[in-house]
Amino acid sequence: MDLATTTYIVVGFTFLIYIGIAIAARAGDTREFYVAGGGVHPIANGMATAADWMSAASFISMAGLIGISYNGYGGSVFLMGWTGGYVILAMLLAPYLRKYGKFTVPEFIGDRYYSDTARVVAVICLILCSVTYVIGQMKGIGVAFSRFLETDYETGLYTGMVIVFFYAVLGGMKGITYTQIAQYVVLILAYTIPAIFISLQLTGNPIPQLGLGSTLVGSDTFLLDKLDQVLAETGFKEYTTSVRLSQVNMFAYTASLMIGTAGLPHVIIRFFTVPKVRDARKSAGWALIFIAILYTTAPAVAAMARLNIMQTIEPAPGQNLVIDQRPQWFKTWEQTGLLAIEDKNGDGRLQYVADPERNELVKLDNDILVLANPEIARLPNWIIALVAAGGLAAALSTAAGLLLAISSAISHDLLKSTFYPTISEQMELNASRGAMALAVFGAGYLGLNPPGFAAGTVALAFGLAAASIFPALMMGIFSSRVTREGAVAGMVVGLGVTLFYVFQHKGIMFVADWRFLPGMSPNWFFGIEPNAFGCIGAAINFAVAIGVTAMTREPPERVRNLVQEIRIPAGMTGAASHH
Amino acid sequence: MQKLSEAQAKEYWRRNRSLMIRLMAIWFIVSFGFGILGVDLLNTVQVGGYKLGFWFAQQGSIFVFIGLIFYYVVAMARLDREFGVEED
Repeated sequence: MDLATTTYIVVGFTFLIYIGIAIAARAGDTREFYVAGGGVHPIANGMATAADWMSAASFISMAGLIGISYNGYGGSVFLMGWTGGYVILAMLLAPYLRKYGKFTVPEFIGDRYYSDTARVVAVICLILCSVTYVIGQMKGIGVAFSRFLETDYETGLYTGMVIVFFYAVLGGMKGITYTQIAQYVVLILAYTIPAIFISLQLTGNPIPQLGLGSTLVGSDTFLLDKLDQVLAETGFKEYTTSVRLSQVNMFAYTASLMIGTAGLPHVIIRFFTVPKVRDARKSAGWALIFIAILYTTAPAVAAMARLNIMQTIEPAPGQNLVIDQRPQWFKTWEQTGLLAIEDKNGDGRLQYVADPERNELVKLDNDILVLANPEIARLPNWIIALVAAGGLAAALSTAAGLLLAISSAISHDLLKSTFYPTISEQMELNASRGAMALAVFGAGYLGLNPPGFAAGTVALAFGLAAASIFPALMMGIFSSRVTREGAVAGMVVGLGVTLFYVFQHKGIMFVADWRFLPGMSPNWFFGIEPNAFGCIGAAINFAVAIGVTAMTREPPERVRNLVQEIRIPAGMTGAASHH
Repeated sequence: MQKLSEAQAKEYWRRNRSLMIRLMAIWFIVSFGFGILGVDLLNTVQVGGYKLGFWFAQQGSIFVFIGLIFYYVVAMARLDREFGVEED
């Protein structure tokens, strides 16, 4: 059976599972729509959170970012940053927000800061970071379809939209939870199986995490030492030590991703679905275990695939690959544009070196490490098909979580809590379905018409969440003194400063022509790149909020009681008992 | 379910906070400390095929993070029982 047919069968089969789950798990009321009824087992929620969290970027791009763009050690910012946030979530946020026991993130901010303004500002922050994030997922769905199923990008995107629409609009959080569990299983198998084979081939050790620290088959040389050596021979920096820009930048980058993770609303609301405070803590731990299975495999994939590519091109020093004899996977991926070669010196052989003047592998896209891995390792077609299904599962699960966060902010926080408090339960459920449908079409539209910024958006989402939502939540829990004026000013300034720094570098809305202050040198703030700026935005948010609080009247008694109450687990009566 | 007195509530929160501070200190040390600030020093130590600093940055810190969360889960369950605020 040829690859395309196999891929259609595997991907089609996973889609049937998702639709089957959607029909079985329809939401009957708002509590099921927003928090899946509040009865999700902590391990199940951990698995759903892992799928919710690991996006197309984690699945398709991260290994390549580490192995190629960030040249090894520099890529550690993603590994530590995207996992360390769960420690913050488990200890500083999730248990207390679960104790508070309502449906959405802006709802907590609105109540804790006794202000509809704070609630609306939180909704705006939430929509900004979720929409920028969802565009990246929509693009991922379109790209995965077009690469593996040879459809065009639009067809792929429409198909993805229909699937998401089906289970997200019907099932709300309930449908999303159970599809995310299925999607986790698909994506983790798709990621680890090729990694196990590659590790076996290179090191003889089936566990990639150990293989990365092992010797190469048939020699006494460690894999990482070999990689350092071949990179040195071709003029690249050493894999195990090359930093990303500077130590300060790596510090800020890691910190931004960590607190950004903890502040992303679509991740936080997953913790509203478990029955107890204790389950929220436990669930964060399980989520991190499920995430770590992929995140500790990724650096192994990164190093092994990079070494594979280097050695395919130059098996021994000076013995470069004859271009006419290049393996089939080269030709396959050249057609997609992810890989491009140009015989600059006309010797008929391929040189892959650091020097851009002499480098003949003129295009090596980050995504290729994961996407082409099974072909490079000569694995059977069904594994390649599984990788396609895994990439789609990662993108679909994250998109659905984001869309739910957006629609619940609109139907619950804007409609029910702010503008139309007398709305009935059934009407609110209909409104949330309508908002979800709108969000799906909006995201699809933005996926089809990327205003030139799809690539930059995911990183921006973290910066915005770190600079706006995270500080407001943390101060809301850990201080009973911070006032509504302080919180609102902090969110607005934190968000504003972060947007300013990013747009100053990359142009307003990522339109390169709309750059401003061109006289400033790049990364002018202590050498910190725009993607790493979220933690600075967060620090400014904290400072402004505390400063303004000192000048304003202290919060009313009931808010101080609320803060005392969320700190203690017992006395909880389940999500939405206040309704 | 008993209701905590104000003093008890304060004590519960103080103990929870001191636990958090200790665990967050470890969180900081293994990631920012071992993985970034002290990476060159740790890289002088070789464990199997790994330079130790590189290992903490790409693998070790993640394993420690998992350990920290589950330690917190267990320690807080104990604290909840001690103050009679567990949810069963």
